[in-house]
Amino acid sequence: MTPDSMTEIWVYLSAQPLLWLTLTLAIYLLAVFLHRKSGGHPAVNPVLISVSILVALLLATGTPYQRYFDGAQFVHFLLGPTTVALAVPLHAQLKRLLAMSGPLIVALVVGSLVAGLSAYAIGAWLGASAPTLASLAPKSVTTPIAMGIAERLGGLASLTAVFVILTGIFGAIFATGILRCLGVKDEASVGFAMGLASHGIGTARAFQLSEQTGAFAALAMGINGLFTALTLPWLLPLLAPLLR
Amino acid sequence: MIAALATLLAFQLAGEALRVALHLPVPGPVIGMALLLVWLIIRRGPGEPLRHTSGTLLQNLSLMFVPAGTGVMLHVGRLADEAWPIAIALVASTVLGIVAAGLTLHRLTRHKKDAQ
Repeated sequence: MTPDSMTEIWVYLSAQPLLWLTLTLAIYLLAVFLHRKSGGHPAVNPVLISVSILVALLLATGTPYQRYFDGAQFVHFLLGPTTVALAVPLHAQLKRLLAMSGPLIVALVVGSLVAGLSAYAIGAWLGASAPTLASLAPKSVTTPIAMGIAERLGGLASLTAVFVILTGIFGAIFATGILRCLGVKDEASVGFAMGLASHGIGTARAFQLSEQTGAFAALAMGINGLFTALTLPWLLPLLAPLLR
Repeated sequence: MIAALATLLAFQLAGEALRVALHLPVPGPVIGMALLLVWLIIRRGPGEPLRHTSGTLLQNLSLMFVPAGTGVMLHVGRLADEAWPIAIALVASTVLGIVAAGLTLHRLTRHKKDAQ
């Protein structure tokens, strides 16, 4: 094959959704393979590896993100039905969840307020700009909720999406280690903390640990999204002068 | 599998409809999850196809975040401008959130077990 015909094939394929859809799946499979190979080490995070390879590939080939997303949107779409599917493990753990409802509500309120308000306070203390602070505050909740909250607080929705992803990856990698240092090893507490602080990506990691851990993470992600959406938009402007 | 997918999509659709109709601050799929949970309580659990399809999707939940995650490339410039405040605030507040939620639940449930 001559270099010219190679270029021709590339020019054709790189404009097709099929190429980027296939590459997204293939690179994810590679990342999962590496994750298994590492014995399930949290630092070998499938989201982090896949995103890093794809960003490098898109930059190297000069492919705009929008063209990549034209193909990858089919995978992105599955996020909706998969979120609905979280009801199945939640139902399987329902008795345990109901028996612990008091402690779960207290942990939700404490964890949610600490995660959101400390992001604002620390960012403000270090001199981050107002739109950045408003985009940082909802970073622990799932992307669509976080984007809506950020907009109401005067932040940038797209920047918030990035913070949400970075928070998710960080939490998925470090949560188990941090909690182990504090002597917290039970599935309920570990799962709940992962879902609360690092939403779906933390929940994905929690499901790798066990179904019980995943169920508590899914619960935390859902109720923290609801709680944050209902409290942060009015609480943060009220407390902002004190946190600066 | 198709029936299970149709069920999940139908609950997502119902969630979206409810969100728009009632101006709820929560995304459609999260409302769909709550609706499906109620349905499973009424039906006393999922059928085998739904259990299987949900399990397969959830095992690959990480995959669903890859397309949105790759969008990080659009913000490299903006992130670089305030890199340190952002990095420190993000890391520290996430650690605090994990510790606050995990430790609170652990203490409260351990206490209960001790009392029993």
